[in-house]
Amino acid sequence: MEDNIYTRNPRNTNATILLMGLRRGGKLSICKVVFHNMQPLDTLYLESTSKPQSEQFSSLIDLSVMELPGQLNYFEPNYDSERLFSLVGALVYVIDSQDEYLNALTNLSMIIEYAYKVNPKINIEVLIHKIDGLSEDYRIDAQRDIMQRTGDELLDLGLEGVQVSFYLTSIFDHSIYEAFSRIVQKLIPELSSLENMLDNVVSHLNIDKVFLFDVNLKIYVATDSLPVDIQTYEVCAEFIDMTIDLDDLYLESDKHRQLNGEAHVNTNNDDESNQSELKSISHLSNGFVLYLRQMIRGLALVALIRSDEVESMDKSLRIVDYNVSLFKKALMRMWENSRLIKDSEP
Amino acid sequence: MSSRKKLLLMGRSGSGKSLMRSIIFSNYSAFDTRRLGATIDVEHSHLRFLGNMTLNLWDCGGQDVFMDNYFTNQKDHIFKMVQVLIHVFDVESKSINKDIEIFVKSLTNLQKYSPDAKIFVLLHKMDLVQVDKRQQLFLIMMEKLQLISDPYHFELTGFPTSIWDESLYKAWSQIVCSLIPNMNLFNESLGKFSSILDAEEIILFEKTTFLVISLTNQSLLQAVDSAPPDDLDPKRFEKISNIIKNYKQSITKLRSNFQNLIIKGSNGNHFYIDVLTDNMYIMVILKDNEQQPNAFHEELLVLENIKNARKWFDKIEVAV
Repeated sequence: MEDNIYTRNPRNTNATILLMGLRRGGKLSICKVVFHNMQPLDTLYLESTSKPQSEQFSSLIDLSVMELPGQLNYFEPNYDSERLFSLVGALVYVIDSQDEYLNALTNLSMIIEYAYKVNPKINIEVLIHKIDGLSEDYRIDAQRDIMQRTGDELLDLGLEGVQVSFYLTSIFDHSIYEAFSRIVQKLIPELSSLENMLDNVVSHLNIDKVFLFDVNLKIYVATDSLPVDIQTYEVCAEFIDMTIDLDDLYLESDKHRQLNGEAHVNTNNDDESNQSELKSISHLSNGFVLYLRQMIRGLALVALIRSDEVESMDKSLRIVDYNVSLFKKALMRMWENSRLIKDSEP
Repeated sequence: MSSRKKLLLMGRSGSGKSLMRSIIFSNYSAFDTRRLGATIDVEHSHLRFLGNMTLNLWDCGGQDVFMDNYFTNQKDHIFKMVQVLIHVFDVESKSINKDIEIFVKSLTNLQKYSPDAKIFVLLHKMDLVQVDKRQQLFLIMMEKLQLISDPYHFELTGFPTSIWDESLYKAWSQIVCSLIPNMNLFNESLGKFSSILDAEEIILFEKTTFLVISLTNQSLLQAVDSAPPDDLDPKRFEKISNIIKNYKQSITKLRSNFQNLIIKGSNGNHFYIDVLTDNMYIMVILKDNEQQPNAFHEELLVLENIKNARKWFDKIEVAV
């Protein structure tokens, strides 16, 4: 049983995310909220995980997420941890910020030391989790304290070269999606060219911000190089929700039964030819326009467009439309090429 | 000419009256409402609805002390000139007899002071009942309540509600619609407009609350539990209210308001949501048409049509 967990994704080895942490840190809740659209409050009733769980997601890249039980001793010999660590691309360690975290930090440095030995290319990400219960000042203090201590621990172990990224997260707001967006982005090999393409789109148009969203996971796989404003991100994510919800309401019900309650965008991926692409434009009263257009593989491009004159808006939307079509074509070609490369590998 | 309507919102303490009001009229989310404390005595709110109509909502605190007061000292003050009584029952309540006793008391007073009032009964917190038992419980309760109110010659309208889904919007939308005097004019004009556009469906929403005022598919608005004629989701109007309201809430983060929205659906449906008058939004749903290949022109055409409809609906609204 446990063997096939490690071997399930043999080809695409670096797109695996490993979720680790002490028990009751909130790992399964994170999984359920981010990847299964569970309501954050419902996670209170989750049972604790007893076996490693692995799941596959198909975004721009094929992602698999593995969640390990907290009370596990990874260094028992019957556990194939060496193989496990050599396969994953990112190790996400969850620290409960509302609990005493000294234990977790010791555990973390032990894991880092081991993982780094096995796989030096691994990305190490630390989620300082459950910050919703902390006051604003205390969050910063906690983050500084944890970063300081981890740094010291790693120094003692002689691993000062290891890059560790820290995120403040909570499942009750969008911070967890933001963190996962960053983590997933590190695993996409084409990221820099994607960002380049998006930058091109932005610089030639009146666009404030553009995201390439995964519609089902609500995480963005790429954005332009301007800094991300969390509020813009939230609005864009909710814009997607709204568009899909409205569209879903008017699908014929036999279609509904066919899709079995799944979000339809997901299943459309392969037969896009006979489905017209989803597109949505919303004008706001202060001249902003929210723009969404469906791309390949359950992705959607969402842009925040600013325009000072209302009259020129319709014209500039045409231009945006044209440019986005070009972007979509480029994305499709890029995707085909990357698939060719992957298939030619043994 | 402004018309004032008096709405009484009553029910035992803790049944969720103030919560309900805050969600519909003050843009609270279901989570925010935990912060609300008990209502002391009567809390008045004046809400402008559709421009000229003012809703005077009397949110009556439900503790026994206040309740006794309503039925004795303040009874002529409270029960005079009432257009609508909205009585909220908590489905989880342990003392149903006490709940009903209070309901009967208000009916007695209403019969004396404003016999023309409309009575709405909301069976609230339905989310706490198992899904398969909800309909049955609702029917039993309604039958019992109707029997009680028969001697007072009141016709009851009942709704199962919960703040966690769209049922709240359905109930309030019908309560408020019952107060609009020239509903027929709205319905007729909307029907005409729909035939001009050849639309699948047109829905009118009030601007601030996003309650459904009118829609072209009339059979759905009136019949509470008859089978829907098409196989679309019969609850879609309340869901749309809910969805758009959440969206409106979220774009306040950009310090902006919602103006219009055009969606080209994945299934050949086109959605247009636009401002119709100062107090209304319109939502038009069009099916894709093979004969009109140029989508761009169609888009402009629909928006132009909505612009022209504006003048007409402005006129109707002034007459409210």
